[in-house]
Amino acid sequence: MMDALTQAKLQRVKAVVIGASAGGVDALLAILSGLPASFGLPLVVVLHLSESHHSQLAEIFRMRTPMQVREAADKETLAPGTLYFAPPGYHLLVESDHSLSLSCEAQVHFSRPSIDVLMESAADAYGRNLAGILLTGANADGARGLNKIARQGGLSVVQDPAEARMAAMPQAAIRLRQPDLILDLKSIHKLLLEIGKNSC
Amino acid sequence: MPQKTSFSSPPVTTGLAAEPGNTLQTDATTDIELKLLMEAIYLKYSYDFRDYSGASQKRRVLYALTQLACPSISELQSRLLHDPRVFQQVLQYLTIPVSEMFRDPAFFLALREKVIPHLRTYASLKVWIAGCSTGEEVYSLAILMREEGLLERSLIYATDINPASLDKARQGIFALSSIRGFTANYQQSGGKRAFADYYTAAYDAAIFDKSLRENIVFADHSLATDSVFSETQLVLCRNVLIYFTRKLQDRAFGLFHESLGHRGFLGLGSKESIDFSSYAAHFEPLARAERIFRKRPGLA
Repeated sequence: MMDALTQAKLQRVKAVVIGASAGGVDALLAILSGLPASFGLPLVVVLHLSESHHSQLAEIFRMRTPMQVREAADKETLAPGTLYFAPPGYHLLVESDHSLSLSCEAQVHFSRPSIDVLMESAADAYGRNLAGILLTGANADGARGLNKIARQGGLSVVQDPAEARMAAMPQAAIRLRQPDLILDLKSIHKLLLEIGKNSC
Repeated sequence: MPQKTSFSSPPVTTGLAAEPGNTLQTDATTDIELKLLMEAIYLKYSYDFRDYSGASQKRRVLYALTQLACPSISELQSRLLHDPRVFQQVLQYLTIPVSEMFRDPAFFLALREKVIPHLRTYASLKVWIAGCSTGEEVYSLAILMREEGLLERSLIYATDINPASLDKARQGIFALSSIRGFTANYQQSGGKRAFADYYTAAYDAAIFDKSLRENIVFADHSLATDSVFSETQLVLCRNVLIYFTRKLQDRAFGLFHESLGHRGFLGLGSKESIDFSSYAAHFEPLARAERIFRKRPGLA
């Protein structure tokens, strides 16, 4: 199912960024549950949530995977085997030294955190050593970010719009640029298990 | 298509290339240009953005390029070196003016319940709001202190590097459209009156009671280059340090530590912490979740 170029991209991945919006919690549970403690890379997630509410994502996912799970903290250096969630009300960016920064600049696509902001900064920081995964959602956030990841030579993956709870977000990304892979959630989980054998 | 906000629209990078290799090359060039731009701004105008976090700074500069119709960062550098008016424009993009009144109501509630009782014991008070931007936080604190009967015996220093933001803060006029959100925040923060008591609505603006700012001094001050100007009992610096590198954060903490008197209080943004700075041992948490810290006794 995977051509040699895509296979090569997969093997050089050193970090994974994931974006999800409406319907995203279930989709994230499907792809992240059961990832092993030995997952060799950092995994950074932006999920659109109401800004005013305390996020319980870290608590939820701590029960589903033995990986380290936490809300991303400002200036924290990305570590392997760790799953980071962007805090509500803040954009999350990756710096060139592979540390994280928060920002409360204006919303992007009515969202803060924005998937584009995470993905574009991560693409700058990791270049071709990045995988970006875009899941279900009702707006167009993430399309530009995933496009940038692909332009830099990174691996771009979009959830199959036919399966997504909300197809608009995956479709917007596919319209902007054909991703390397369009997969259902089960296959994305398998892909992550594969990528997790890399080390950073 | 959703509307693009200011933060969303950096242009495609200068001289965008189709091949991944070339794109990387272009991005490396952009990073060099950015570094040189910050150096040029520092040398010419003494504004020091060199230790700001790179990723969001890059977004802001690329956005400025689109707004100023500038083809490259190098070109922008040339223009602002030769024309101070261009620099003033660029400054508006480099600083971050997003703020709201009583942002994080739980913070202001904790301030009211846990810090104010201590401040009450002082005959006179000095407070420093560092990086006050357009003043939303300043008026929030002034309202809180008036309700607690402390405003009249206090002096609040509200500082920022951006003169345009300071002018706006001095005026105390905010968009009427944002008042609804501010009101909800105020109520959740333990506000004791009707929020409308503090402003007059005129057309699309809310003009805040000018007596609130009788004891406020608005001043130009840089956490990157200036030193401490007064002893204070309370410092608020919220959602400013996230735009700094660890090195610059440390400088700022040093200034706060020096400015704060014995057992003084420090309030940070809800995702900011002093834990990783070299001043961590000099402060203890007073309300950890709300990010209010207190200077420990006895340490020099």
